[in-house]
Amino acid sequence: MSAAAASWDAIVVGAGHNGLVCAATLARGGRRVLVLEAGATVGGCAVTREFAPGFRVSAGAHLLHQMPAGLIAELGLAAHGLEYAASALPTTALAADGEPLEIGDLTALARRSAADARAWPLFTARLGRFARLLRRLLDAPAPRLGSDAWSDRLALGELGLRLRLLGRRDMRELLRIIGMNAYDLVCDEFELPALQGALGLDAVLGSNFGPRAPGTVLTLLYRLAAESAAGPRALAQPRGGMGALSAALSRAATAAGAVIRTSAPVARIAVRDDRAGGVVLESGEELAAPCVLSSADAKTTFLRLLGTEHLDTGFVRRVDHFRCRGVAARLHLALDRLPAFRTRAPAALGGRLLVAPSADYLERAWNHSKYQQWSAEPALEITIPTVHDPALAPAGRHVLSATVQYAPYAAEGGWQSQKPRFLEALYGVLEAHAPGLRSSVLAAELLTPADLEREFRVTGGHWHHGDLAFDQFYMVRPVPGAAQHATPLAGLYLCGASCHPGGGVMGIAGRNAARRVLAEVRR
Amino acid sequence: MTSPRPVPPHFRKPLLETPFSERARELQQNDHFVAWAGYSTVDVFTTVEQEYFAVRNATTLYDLTPMVKYRITGPDAERFLNRLVTRDVRRLKAGRVSYVVWCNDAGHIIDDGTIFRLGAQDFRVCTAERQLDWFADSALGFDVAIEEVTSEIAALAVQGPTSCFVLKRFGLAGLERLRPFELAEFTVGGRPLMASRTGFTGDLGYELWMRPEHALAVWDELLAAGQTRGIRPIGSQALNMARIEAGFLLPNVDFVSAEHTIRVHRERTPLELGLGWLVEFDKPHFNGRRALLAQRERGLERLLVGLDVAGNKPAHNALLYAEAAGRREVGSVTSAMWSPTCKRNIALAIIEAPYFALGTTVWADIYLNRELVWERRMAAAQVVERPFFAPERRRATPPADR
Repeated sequence: MSAAAASWDAIVVGAGHNGLVCAATLARGGRRVLVLEAGATVGGCAVTREFAPGFRVSAGAHLLHQMPAGLIAELGLAAHGLEYAASALPTTALAADGEPLEIGDLTALARRSAADARAWPLFTARLGRFARLLRRLLDAPAPRLGSDAWSDRLALGELGLRLRLLGRRDMRELLRIIGMNAYDLVCDEFELPALQGALGLDAVLGSNFGPRAPGTVLTLLYRLAAESAAGPRALAQPRGGMGALSAALSRAATAAGAVIRTSAPVARIAVRDDRAGGVVLESGEELAAPCVLSSADAKTTFLRLLGTEHLDTGFVRRVDHFRCRGVAARLHLALDRLPAFRTRAPAALGGRLLVAPSADYLERAWNHSKYQQWSAEPALEITIPTVHDPALAPAGRHVLSATVQYAPYAAEGGWQSQKPRFLEALYGVLEAHAPGLRSSVLAAELLTPADLEREFRVTGGHWHHGDLAFDQFYMVRPVPGAAQHATPLAGLYLCGASCHPGGGVMGIAGRNAARRVLAEVRR
Repeated sequence: MTSPRPVPPHFRKPLLETPFSERARELQQNDHFVAWAGYSTVDVFTTVEQEYFAVRNATTLYDLTPMVKYRITGPDAERFLNRLVTRDVRRLKAGRVSYVVWCNDAGHIIDDGTIFRLGAQDFRVCTAERQLDWFADSALGFDVAIEEVTSEIAALAVQGPTSCFVLKRFGLAGLERLRPFELAEFTVGGRPLMASRTGFTGDLGYELWMRPEHALAVWDELLAAGQTRGIRPIGSQALNMARIEAGFLLPNVDFVSAEHTIRVHRERTPLELGLGWLVEFDKPHFNGRRALLAQRERGLERLLVGLDVAGNKPAHNALLYAEAAGRREVGSVTSAMWSPTCKRNIALAIIEAPYFALGTTVWADIYLNRELVWERRMAAAQVVERPFFAPERRRATPPADR
């Protein structure tokens, strides 16, 4: 099969949100696109599925808060069926033996700490300014260092200029804190442990870090930047769960002309004359295309689908060292009634509930995972999606969906024996915040990073495909030599969360990869 | 019960002895030793001239045990090596040896060496420097086992125009049928031994590979067998003269491994070292291929060439200029010597484009220390073909029986 005879201009590997955004963008650019998904449904980590009879849950990501409003509009996702069960959800820091704290509620905060109430607006405004600067950085492909291309110089120059335009005070502050750890920052700024813990959890969600790890201010700012790009809807819950977003993306791609095949796992990327020439499915079927875009993680793409023999040792070494050890687990509970979390306002139950009573609690929880143990007292990000979307469970019943940290990828003693014990620990924490919850559990599902790796085909079960840290960030993400979507192999591109700007349901990596291909690969 | 002999701690005696050291120490006359890859080896036994002329006129023994050796085995051994080096290892048959270089991603040379194919899935790779980390990283995705066997194999180079005769008398029956870059297994006096027709002198010669416990007996029997043919051990200095005449490159002299360079543009690609014939672009992907292809497209900015320098003063470390006035610097000499056999003043040099073209004359700035008074000569140097010395006997099969 020669490339000219191929029926496709591009093949996208993986129908996660990035793969679908990529396919939709390419198809809208007039390319004939085929998307190959290994699983039976599209969506990747943005999926809604049944976990107990009659109970459905967003099994991977459970909130939509980072996809830019502009991208959602560009792809016409509303017209393709994306609706929100709720948006602009509140966040509440739970306390086992004290008053819960709704983040952002200044009156409540002032009652607890006058100093924190004074500091909060200044802090959020300042971080908001930094987030807006980072937002620009998030949106565009990363420039190359040491390049002579004007586009790279321009991008770097613009970054410098925007930094200067922050003004002297802000620029100094940004440069002071950007490499810091979140623990020091939040403890410098605030005195309430509940507030420190809540901010700390946002800084480390999904990453193999405790709040004292250097670079966690960056991850916090990154989250804020993505949320600022998502607009006022941020922290939204699609009706029907995250799978509804994927369904809308899928319809958008299909409407633009892309063809999506599920249950079509790719065995390898075909190489012809030192170029990607298509893919070979596990069934043995060969599909040719002059351009292959992989939304799989970097290790899967290069080490498994492509194979090291097509790459240079130094590059392989960098890919092999890409840190992608997941530490976030997922807990899904089918409940026969609404759990009795102590929140001040009933509306808070429909929002984000955080169990991270202090920054020290978080750091202690992380300690265990460093030694292949699960946290005795884990931190949780909880949602009860059935508050706003009752259709996810039988009438009157509820679903609790929680992201749990920290669970090591490989547990000491093996997950087989450790999982029931970890679940016990989780029940212990939940029971402390919602007495009686245990007795309302009809069914439970706990997915460790190893389970997530199997279900979502993500190496290490890492939410973001790889830690977001300075050495895996921006112009070196995932590794130098593949950080601008193009890879050492001509015709092969990365379009998933392994690329800048990384994990979270953003879709930017998919869109930018597609734009790059549209710009440089002639039909 | 006797207690084992105490081994001194490594910091008391950091340099190792080779299995031949005992004899080498008896025969050397100058206490002129040199550290080589962690071993103490002889630099000069008697005089450099005596040893050099033995290489070109008789038979010489050179202890090359310190050369780093790896054994590479496994179902993917061939694929692994083929991705590692620039030559096509698929075409290397069992029983043959290949001279190779390997590069990093940028196409810059990490090291050179030889691959001995001992079987379908069994190779020995000899290298100048230790390569375990690079090999191990390169093995990712390949089913191979890599083992360093440097100290498990004693190696002795037997080189010179009478070497075949001496080795046959020593007991290697049928050695004359061995063609260049072939290897064969022998048993001499009950001792297994491998011989390969390889070497670093550019002359007729062989390398012997044996178990360390057999090293001294082999040495003694070889010296006895070669008595009528002027056999003598040589040190690294004489070998260095022979290899310059043969046009062979020495790592850290003619190029620096890309793993060690710090300054930019100090790395060298095989194309820049005139080793383009080792780079086979039409085989499957190998380390550095894409970078080397790009360099071939762009054209070379510098090239390592041979020089014929006017006069008889070796152009050691000389800077090279485009004109006799010495204004435009265009390169520098990496190795230089007066060649007694060619009767020419030769050098290896790295030269910028376009001055590396064959036949071009550049000017070598030579400094001479004449009884502590430095004098400066500007000598014309012409870019000439390498090797400088390539006698027929180096390839003749069978070699002369004398």
